[in-house]
Amino acid sequence: MPPNTAGHITARVSEGRAAAGGRPSAARSGARRRWRKAAPGYLFLLPSSAILLVFVVYPIAQSLWMSLHDWSFFSSSHPFVGLGNYRALLHDPRFWNALRNTAVYTAVVVPGQVGAGLALAVALQRNSLVNKFLRSVFFFPVISALATMGIVWKFLLDPQIGIINHLLVAVGLPDTDFLQSTTWALPAVIAVGIWKSAGFSMVIYLAALQDIPRSVTEAAAVDGAGPWPRFWRITLPMLRQSTLFAVVLATITSMQLFDQVYVMTSGGPLFHTDTLVTYLYQVGFQDFRSGYAAAISWVLFLLILLVSMLQLRLFRFKETD
Amino acid sequence: MSTNPMTSRPPVSIRGRTSYLDGRWRWWRALPAATKWVLLLAGAAITVLPFLWMLGTSFKPESDVFGYPLRLQPTHPTLANYAAIWQDLPFLRLIVNSVVFAGGVTVCSLFFDSLAAYALSRLRFPGRDLAFYLVLATLMVPFQVTLVPVFQLVFQLHWLNTYQGLIVPRATSAFGIFLLRQFFITVPRELDEAARIDGASEWYIYRRIMLPLAKPALATLAVFYFMNNWNDFLWPLVMTSSTNMRNLPAGLTLFAGQYVVEHGVLMAGAVISLLPLAVAFVLAQRYFVQGIAATGIK
Repeated sequence: MPPNTAGHITARVSEGRAAAGGRPSAARSGARRRWRKAAPGYLFLLPSSAILLVFVVYPIAQSLWMSLHDWSFFSSSHPFVGLGNYRALLHDPRFWNALRNTAVYTAVVVPGQVGAGLALAVALQRNSLVNKFLRSVFFFPVISALATMGIVWKFLLDPQIGIINHLLVAVGLPDTDFLQSTTWALPAVIAVGIWKSAGFSMVIYLAALQDIPRSVTEAAAVDGAGPWPRFWRITLPMLRQSTLFAVVLATITSMQLFDQVYVMTSGGPLFHTDTLVTYLYQVGFQDFRSGYAAAISWVLFLLILLVSMLQLRLFRFKETD
Repeated sequence: MSTNPMTSRPPVSIRGRTSYLDGRWRWWRALPAATKWVLLLAGAAITVLPFLWMLGTSFKPESDVFGYPLRLQPTHPTLANYAAIWQDLPFLRLIVNSVVFAGGVTVCSLFFDSLAAYALSRLRFPGRDLAFYLVLATLMVPFQVTLVPVFQLVFQLHWLNTYQGLIVPRATSAFGIFLLRQFFITVPRELDEAARIDGASEWYIYRRIMLPLAKPALATLAVFYFMNNWNDFLWPLVMTSSTNMRNLPAGLTLFAGQYVVEHGVLMAGAVISLLPLAVAFVLAQRYFVQGIAATGIK
């Protein structure tokens, strides 16, 4: 959820507060009446709030608490280490490697996904039958399971049975075992990431393009603007909000990269596709070093928060230009 | 965009689109459109390639998978893989698990989310704003942050490898509550105020007035929940260790990681696991698309 919605919500909530407050209260019977009036609200809220408190709010606090301890899943004593886990992360080459891979993945997939999505949306925005069909085609990977399709991609990239290598050899390129190559494994994971999510960005842009009145671009055309300037000077600026939204969402998902890596490379070869979440998974659920895993998860959270804030700031800044 | 600005600019253009009647035909005028279509079709080919290969291989005998030259379609089509998947894997069990997990999360979430959304949009009680802010705050936290402690909690409840362990922690979501609340506040208050004056209970108003009005929003949210959980991988991977409790993606991945890989069988499993969403997509495409548009509600 883009944090820029907060302003809207605040406005609505304070409206509600103004309407709710300032009612005259009488005596003790008034308290009871108030309770009877409030009871349905609490009852309706009960299931969700119970689940959220037990499985989200409390675990968030617990996670922070764990990250400050030398917390192993199986041992009963958890000595307090303060920021020890975070300090250890600073000197952990696997963490830096995972961070680097995650950053590279995000830095390529986000522009790739959003750019491809924009190009597709603009190319397919008119409602012809062919366009509708092609939109469905490009959207289809979005509804597929990334883990399952990761298996398929693994086979497609296989040096023996993979069609991709077959085609490369046919045009005279060398046979490559992509997923075992320290050079090509991460690019392969990146390609699958873009393949999976370009349709997602496309849908965001298609929805936004519908809201741009035809008359605007037509007016520009009458004034002699060609299709290229029309796109850069009119369409793209009008899509600013959607671009921000698409970029922030793509960044958040990219930084949580896990599925296709786990399936295609398991972080290999030689940790060349290890990501923050695959590392977290190994530390937390294979080595059972809960405290250290919790620390990784908090670093991930703070990084996501930081990058999203930065993106929001950047777009705001441009808007005032 | 693929079009070249130099060639795509028509010499004479009235409505911004090249009119091929207002001059003689020149081959280079068709170039931008041709480039666009070549790129689109190439992109579409790459996009569907994995699905075609998956489908083709699911009908191939194993010898065909390694056959030369490689082709997408089987030379000796067989249904053997679709028969073998039920023996080689507890495949029926995986399907049942996926249905129970994704279906359970969807049904519970829709019910609890809509209850909470009703309270947050229509009812007045002390602490409502606080509750709403809390919901919003949890929206921002990625689920990896809670994964480690929730795993421990589910372990302590003896819920690992159970349906309740998979479903209950996810039986509501801040996103769903937020989405439905945003929908509910657009419903005119006169509707439920009138019912309230007539003495209707809050439950009646929720059940008989709000829910029917919210059908499109609920359908969108249902598709969103079902798709995400049907395709989910990390959560079932953490919360289950026995093959018998895994969902389709986690179970198939386990099968793919075995020493001897039966490609055809695996692809038959992949096809079957994709089928429900593919069919739903063809029948109700707009709910899939709206689910994405809905994530952008402001």
